[in-house]
Amino acid sequence: MGDAANKRVTVQLALVVVAMFGFGFAMVPLYDVLCDLTGLNGKTGVASAEGLDGVVDEERWVTVEFTANVNSQLPWKFHPNQKRIRVHPGKVYAASYYAENLSELAVVGQAVPSVTPSRSARYFSKTECFCFNQQRLEAGKGEEMPLRFIVDKALPKEITTITLAYTFFKSEGEG
Amino acid sequence: MNTASNHDAHGPKSGIMRWITTTNHKDIGNMYLIVALAMFFVGGAMAMVIRAELFQPGLQLVNPHFFNQMTTLHALIMVFGAVMPAFVGFANWQVPLMIGAPDMALPRLNNWSFWLLPFAAVMLVSTLFMEGGAPAAGWTMYPPLVQQTGDAFPFLIFTVHLLGMSSILGAINIIVTIVNMRAPGMTLLKMPMFVWTWLITAFLLIAVMPVFAGAVTMLLTDQYFGTSFFNTAGGGDPVLFQHLFWFFGHPEVYIMILPSFGVISQVIPTFARKPLFGYASMVYATAAIAFLSFIVWAHHMFTVGMPISGQLYFMYATVLIAVPTGVKVFNWLATMWRGSMTFETPMLFALGVVVMFTFGGFTGVMMGTAPTDVQYHDSYFIVAHFHYTLVSGAVFSVFCGAYYWLPKWTGYMYDEKLGKLHFWLTAISFNVLFFPQHFLGLAGMPRRIPDYALQFADWNMVSSIGGFAFGLAQLIFLWVVIKAVRGGEPASDEVWEGADGLEWTLSSPPPYHSFNEAPKVS
Repeated sequence: MGDAANKRVTVQLALVVVAMFGFGFAMVPLYDVLCDLTGLNGKTGVASAEGLDGVVDEERWVTVEFTANVNSQLPWKFHPNQKRIRVHPGKVYAASYYAENLSELAVVGQAVPSVTPSRSARYFSKTECFCFNQQRLEAGKGEEMPLRFIVDKALPKEITTITLAYTFFKSEGEG
Repeated sequence: MNTASNHDAHGPKSGIMRWITTTNHKDIGNMYLIVALAMFFVGGAMAMVIRAELFQPGLQLVNPHFFNQMTTLHALIMVFGAVMPAFVGFANWQVPLMIGAPDMALPRLNNWSFWLLPFAAVMLVSTLFMEGGAPAAGWTMYPPLVQQTGDAFPFLIFTVHLLGMSSILGAINIIVTIVNMRAPGMTLLKMPMFVWTWLITAFLLIAVMPVFAGAVTMLLTDQYFGTSFFNTAGGGDPVLFQHLFWFFGHPEVYIMILPSFGVISQVIPTFARKPLFGYASMVYATAAIAFLSFIVWAHHMFTVGMPISGQLYFMYATVLIAVPTGVKVFNWLATMWRGSMTFETPMLFALGVVVMFTFGGFTGVMMGTAPTDVQYHDSYFIVAHFHYTLVSGAVFSVFCGAYYWLPKWTGYMYDEKLGKLHFWLTAISFNVLFFPQHFLGLAGMPRRIPDYALQFADWNMVSSIGGFAFGLAQLIFLWVVIKAVRGGEPASDEVWEGADGLEWTLSSPPPYHSFNEAPKVS
């Protein structure tokens, strides 16, 4: 076996290396797709038109609980205005949080939602949410943070409680 | 290779330039082994700091941040600085000798893959002296914790890049050598088991090292360039890093253990004086383990929150690995069955691997089971488990191979008495060191914490005493190696009565350039 054969195999193997390096990065969008399909990381959906056919399942009650966290980088106070709401699947409900900037500078924050159990994430949709946009709070000012949500009627029967958690992070680059 | 054939006429250059410019597989093998041994003692010294701090409850010697630097660096150094380079050193020495090739296929690349290593190692150790200290977030480097590393952070990433490059280049070289340079008549299924396991290991390396390099690059850009791969505030997910890491990390543990299986599969037949039982099944079992290693990664993440279907899949796939591993263990036992066994040091270490690695495999099945893993996760139980697989598996195999081939490499027999003393002290102190950690883990002692509750005090003290004994016992190995390099009873060509293979047809030590004429294999 000569140089040519060595070169051929080396090039083939180098291509495998390059492909696997690419595969690592391809995992990033693939992971997002997988999470959308399975609700794996508790990321919530945004309501689609079919979800809002207006028919309400009056027979069924689901408890929605609200929790709040603030990342240590963000000098804010942040809490839900209600601990829990009993809801009918298929009906739009309103809820709200309260955030207050404790620092002496205006700060921009971004809330990131997460739903538990993760299996229920794809059945929990928000039609309106303060987490859709970055929120700017002036120094020392507080503000109501509203959201509207709907629980899909297809939510598996055994799920009776859904917990919605928001974590407020400091937004990079602004504020 | 015109330049290579011109070199055949003369021996090595003299002085330091010989080592810097060498393209000789024996020189490079030596350098890999020396670096591995040095790093084994550096990483071992860090383990001594860990065990000294854990000797008693409370904080005695080091502060918690330094303690965490020790656990992190100990792991990184042992994995990437000691075990992997040791096996690459073995591959450099033995693969060409075992397949009857004059050298590695890409000798210059071989030089470069080696010389990346000491620079990476120095860079990693130098982080100890940086502002904010060395990396302390564990060798798994999970964000966001790892992003609190101080100035050492980019050095950690670049160390991984360099080590990754070194291993990838080494792996490519090994594959090309095995594919293209086998002696006439040596078909794939006539290759010695060590060569087979390295071929498969090299494929694992080129498949997963680039993914790891990519994952740490994402950490780097998250930290300095405003990307949000793992940054929740920007829409990323830290759990993604864990998936990427373990997609690399699980095959990585087989990268460390498959060559061990190869060494054991050479040594046991020699000292049982019987051919390896079930050679073909050994090859297929190795390939099966390698394949399965790619599809079980999330068993390291049972506690991050995973749908039940995911837990079930990863649990079944993980426990399935016990089947090909069992095939190998039973084949080793069958090889010894009714053999005329003798118990020289390499055989003692091989038997140590068969017994203690298998024990580590059993605790692995316990942890691969999702419902029980919840209890063991991040406790001292997992610490005990992976030390049974990686110390009494991989490190014992390195000792085993070193004793087995040292007479061939140096031309002198090592001191058998000291070798046996090394084995027995190592094996006993190893169990004193790690067996109690199972109890500590089951009782709830978490890993990577410098202090612990009082009820863990007794077993920690026992474990630390075992640790110090284990550390001291390794100085015997250092002495045995130095002694054998300097001289002693000359070794015969065959060295071991039951040894079989092309490497034993050469003189001990083999000439600087061997197999210039390819041997015939019938």
